[in-house]
This record gives sequence, structure tokens and C-alpha cells, in this order.
Amino acid sequence: MSDFEPKIVAFVCNWCTYAGADLTGTSRIKYSSSVKIIRFPCTGRIDFMLLLKAFANGADGIIVSGCHPNDCHYTSGNFHAKRRWIMFKELMDFMGINMRRITFSWVSAAEGAKWADVVNATSDTIRELGPYVSYRELVNRPVEEEVRNE
Amino acid sequence: METTGKLIRKQSLEKLYNILATGRKIYAPVPNSDRQTEYKYNPAYSEISYEHIRSTLSVKNVVFPKVENLLFFSNSKTETIITDIDLHRIPEVVLWGTHPCDNAAVDVLRSIFCWDIKDEFFSARLEKLTVIGLSCHLSDEFCFCTSVGLKPDSTKGSDILLSRLENGDYRADILTPKGEEIVSLSPELFESLSGGKVLITEVKQKFSHQQVTANLAGAFEHPFWIENSLRCIGCGACAYLCPTCACFDIQDETKGKNGRRYRSWDSCGFGLFTLHTSGHNPRSVQSQRWRQRIMHKFSYMPERNESLGCVGCGRCSSGCPVDMNIAEQLQELQSI
Amino acid sequence: MNSMNARAKELLENKTVNIIIGYEEGPTGIARPAFITDPATTDNLIYDDRCVQNLAVYLTKQEVKSFGKMAIVAALPVMRSIMMLISEKQVVPENIIVLGISTDGKYLDMADMSVMQGYIEKSVLTNPEKYKAALADLNRLNAEERFVYWEKELSNCIKCYACRQACPMCYCIRCSTEVNQPQWIPVQANTHGNMEWHILRAMHLAGRCISCGECGRACPLGIPCHLLTMHLTDKVYDYFKVNAGTSENMNSVLSTFEPNDKESFII
Repeated sequence: MSDFEPKIVAFVCNWCTYAGADLTGTSRIKYSSSVKIIRFPCTGRIDFMLLLKAFANGADGIIVSGCHPNDCHYTSGNFHAKRRWIMFKELMDFMGINMRRITFSWVSAAEGAKWADVVNATSDTIRELGPYVSYRELVNRPVEEEVRNE
Repeated sequence: METTGKLIRKQSLEKLYNILATGRKIYAPVPNSDRQTEYKYNPAYSEISYEHIRSTLSVKNVVFPKVENLLFFSNSKTETIITDIDLHRIPEVVLWGTHPCDNAAVDVLRSIFCWDIKDEFFSARLEKLTVIGLSCHLSDEFCFCTSVGLKPDSTKGSDILLSRLENGDYRADILTPKGEEIVSLSPELFESLSGGKVLITEVKQKFSHQQVTANLAGAFEHPFWIENSLRCIGCGACAYLCPTCACFDIQDETKGKNGRRYRSWDSCGFGLFTLHTSGHNPRSVQSQRWRQRIMHKFSYMPERNESLGCVGCGRCSSGCPVDMNIAEQLQELQSI
Repeated sequence: MNSMNARAKELLENKTVNIIIGYEEGPTGIARPAFITDPATTDNLIYDDRCVQNLAVYLTKQEVKSFGKMAIVAALPVMRSIMMLISEKQVVPENIIVLGISTDGKYLDMADMSVMQGYIEKSVLTNPEKYKAALADLNRLNAEERFVYWEKELSNCIKCYACRQACPMCYCIRCSTEVNQPQWIPVQANTHGNMEWHILRAMHLAGRCISCGECGRACPLGIPCHLLTMHLTDKVYDYFKVNAGTSENMNSVLSTFEPNDKESFII
């Protein structure tokens, strides 16, 4: 597994985590390069279906991160997000989808070091879990009578 | 009917199944937990059910799958490359133990898919299909094959039709060249038959479809449709379970530069089925959609096509969450 | 059910309402929704264990709303659905008279929505016993086993949307699954698409499901999709102490929040 480079998609809010990630860079803190960052105005904007789309399109792991409670740039977006994540996590767990593959965090614009820690910890976990082959196989699984040329 | 009726003993039937199941896909009915009967590909013979009245889903997916790829495409800066489906990859399929209603339904689908233009996907699948049907020795209150011109032992659509004898063996009627080909695989299993009573259930006729078709011709504005459709919730259960419903949606699915075009089942019962791009919806109310369902099957199809759009299998009624019992409604339509 | 039938007849004769939504017996012995406009046929109304459909689903249908004032036969799940629809502003309370049915099948006269609310508040609001056992069975399995279970069940789904259509809370004129900009849910009924559909539906019902179980019962393939929505109903109560459909002015669980909502997984 040592040559498996996990593909991790990070859904982050512009005002805190994205700025925090910038700080990680300017502070020259080295962290895993497995992550592709997608910038949202706020975690409240993140639709749970997007996380599923990330897995379907080849992500092995996901990070969702935003402002700490009470620090949201839009006042309460992250509170709505928190409730949504609570329900989504419960549902995913009930359906048996491995929730170790998704990390939720609050990372502020000043927490460059924390962002590096979150990414590194997630990369390590995903490296250990391996590629999310079972989900991708499910996505590509044809219906019984379907004919595909390959 | 006096055709080439042979005797196939119970043990021989199992042998025949096992011969067919090696190297071929064979679609046979199997109990699904404690609830229902479903068709599966190549189950072990011991799992097969002969005592069910109807499977939940029909077997139309062997000729009209719930998802069927139509073509693949690949986009580049200068061109789009389209690759056709290689229809030779469609495997041979044998239907095992399908009831006469389901077998006749394949022919109804043929009359739709090969009406004016021959649908090559449907035709390729039909060509590769062999049907070993089984007459019904059981029926229930949802069955009404005898009201739509069929019987529990109709031969329509079968290549071989099995009928159970009193002693548990089967009479096999070999009906088509495809049926003879099956026999030739192991002719010793088919012995000569010297009489014996076949067990066929009785299905009382509930209505005259000719009368219904005649009445429907002038019934478009009748208040019947509103009164009788209020409880319909507008799902697609009846259309998807129905062995003769053939409406489909076509979608493109892409990932980056590559994609495929497929068709999948659709239902005229859905509210958005007839929604135009302009925003106008000619069937915006459920009564219009319910009317469409009945008229299509019992008025438009017999008038313009060769056959009724219904084989009386009763799946729509037994699967409907709110008991839109089609036979009951057709009985009423007989006397409006 | 004489008092229910008598009250229904009275409401129609006095033209207090134009239509009664209740249950009748069909020719095969199945109980099904009935729409009565003629006082003479109110005798057809029944209520017994066979009456399971959630009649509140008709309150948002154009064809039924066009009748104007209506009366609806309602056991506890239907009452709660009506409450949810009122709190989501989908139903005008003044247009509806509720013919209540108690948990032991007796007719309850309900003068207005506050009476119904009082009855609901005194009732047991957790998931019904028969579903509790099924949920417990699934929760005993580990995550991998649950995935195998749901993968098998959902591979059978044909996307007929009977689950959605039978649910009173699924009243969106254009459901997310019918949106193609973006295409959230693939149109085809393959296992993955089916899972995405049921996940989406369960999430959109979180905090709104009143556990009538109709979605699972309506499924022609017998897929227990009601367990997904009921599981979240349990969790909504565990985390936020809210029971859906208990008052005319509920806060929608997923569009409101408490600053101190507790969780243990956000690092």
C-alpha cells in the first residue's frame, strides 16, 4: 500500500478554513499533498449530496471544514451545517458507509498548523483504509441486462 | 389444443433445467425471503418456485431492461466519436416457468417496439430469447387473463408450454422451432404422452374487453375518470410492474469527456411525464393520467395496433399502494 | 364506526364540507382511500386495522384541494402529518375538519386543531413497536453487514417513487430527483443511484417524518425504506429532543439550530 496516494477532497469555507490553509502555506508548514480543496462561501452551503458525488467521482476520503461555532462570517451558516452533518453521519453509519473516510473539522483562519494536522491525520487514515474501491465498483456496476462494449 | 404434447417427468424437468443452465442464462422464479417471488438468473433448481401466482416484477426486463445502453460517445476538441452497442454481446436467455400472461406480453411488447420502425435492441434480445412457459394451476382474485382474450394455458409467446399433470409430472407442448431445438438437446427427456389430466386453474371472466373498447371510444370526457382516480398517488408502480408497459426515458450520462446514452423505464402516471419545455403540461392532473393509462391499453392500442395493451396478470392491482384495481374499473367501464 | 359515519353525513348535509376523505373497503377486501361527496354514501366509510394509507398525502393534491373545505379521517400518524403540513404552511387549518380516530379505533370529535394538538401531545410519539424491532436488528449488525444489507435491498429498487408519492411530506412539485441542473440522482435504477435516492429522501425528511411507515408499505418490492427515515426520526429525538408533527408552529429541524447542539465528531 506504500505507493497508494489517497485522493482526498476537502470542502472548505472561504473565510476560515481556506484562509487557514493559506496560512499553512505561508508558514511553510509541510503537509500531505493528497488534498484537493474546493472553496465554498460557507459550510452552510455544502449539500450532503456533494460528498456522495465526491466518492462517486474517485475520492477516497473527504474533509469538510469551516469556521468555529460563533465565528461564521454569515453568523449561523456553520450551525446549520453542524445539524446537517449530525444527521448525515447517522444516516451514513446506518447504511454502513464507512464514516472514517469523512473528517469534519472547525479550522479558523489563524489555525494554519491545525489544518496541516487535519490533512495529515486524514491522509494517514485513508492510506490505512486503502482506496475506496468498493464504492467505485458500486457506481460502475451495470444493471444485469445492460450491455457494455468493454 | 392438440399439438405435439409430450410427457416430461418431474426428474427429467430438473435434468433439462441443468442442461440449459450450463452455458446459458436461464431466468427462473425463486422465493425472495418470505415475501415474494422474483426471477433470478441461474438459481439452483431446488430453489425454483412453481407454486406462486405471480412474481412481483414481470420478466419484461429480458427484452426491455430497466436500463439499456443505446450508444457510447467520446468528445474531443474537434469531434465526437460515437460507438454503437455491440448487439452480439446480448446473451441467449431462456425464460423458465413463466406464466402464459407474461409470455403473451412479450408479443404485445413486440407489437409496440416493432410497430413501424424495428427497434434493434428489442429485436436482438427477442431473437436470443427462448420461452419455456408453465400453465397456471393457481390463480387469485387479481387475475383476469380470461377477460383480455387469454387463458391460464394460452400458448401465445411460448416455445414450449409445460402443464402440470395430476401425478406431478408435466405435459410439454412443443410449439415452435426454438422449442424443438431445446428438445433436441436431450430428446430422451421428452417421452410420449398417453393421456392424463392437466391441472389448469379457472379464471372467471370479469368483463368483455370488446365492450370496454367500444365504450371507451366515446368516454373521453366522462366523469368516471375524476371519480375513480382521486386516490391514485401518481407513482410508477403499476407501469413498472406491468409486463406490457413500454414507455421509456432517454438520458445522457457523462463523466468528463466520455459518456453513454441510455434508456430507462418511465411511467405515464408521473406528474412530470408530459411536462413540456414551455412549462405547459397537457396531463397536469391525475385524472387525465389515469384516463391515459386505461385508454392507451384498452382503446388506442387495439384501435391502432394489433393487440390490447394488457394481459390480465394483475400485477398492477396487487402492487398498487391504494388499490387502483384495474379489473374493477374495467368492469365499471363495461357498463358506462 | 357509526359516530364517524354520522358525523361525516352531517358535515356533508350541512355543506360544512364538500368532501370527506376516509377509507372504504374495495372488492378484494383491501381498505383504500375513499372520497365521499354524497351524504348518502357516507355509510361506505370504515375504520379498522386494514386502514393504513396516510390520507394526509391528498391534502396537497390540486385535484383534492379544488373541492374546498374538507373533512379527513385521521388516526395518530395522519394527525401528525396534518400538523406538519400546517406548520410548513402547506395546508390552511380552517379548511380542514379532522374526524379523529384513537389508537383503539374509537371516533374522536375534534372541534379544531388545538384539540388535535392536545391529543397528539398526550400520545406515544416514538417509532411504533413493530418497527423498533427491525431497527434494533439492523443496529446490532456492524457497519459492513449493514452495507451488504442495504446494497442487496436497494439493488431491487426500480425507482417507481411509490415511497415518495405515498409520503405526505413529499409534496415538492419538482422533486430534487427531477432536477437535472445538476443531476443529483441518476435517472436509471442501478444500485448506486438507488442508494443516492434513498439517502437524499431520508435526509430531506429528517425531522419531518412521523413514522407512519407508508413509504415501506407502498414499495411494491417490499424494500424497507421506512427504516431509513425512522432511524433518523430516532436520532432527531436523541440529539434535538424534537418530535415531528406535534404543533402548528414547529421549527423545522434542519433549517433551525440551537447554538449548543451537541456532537462529538467534529475536530
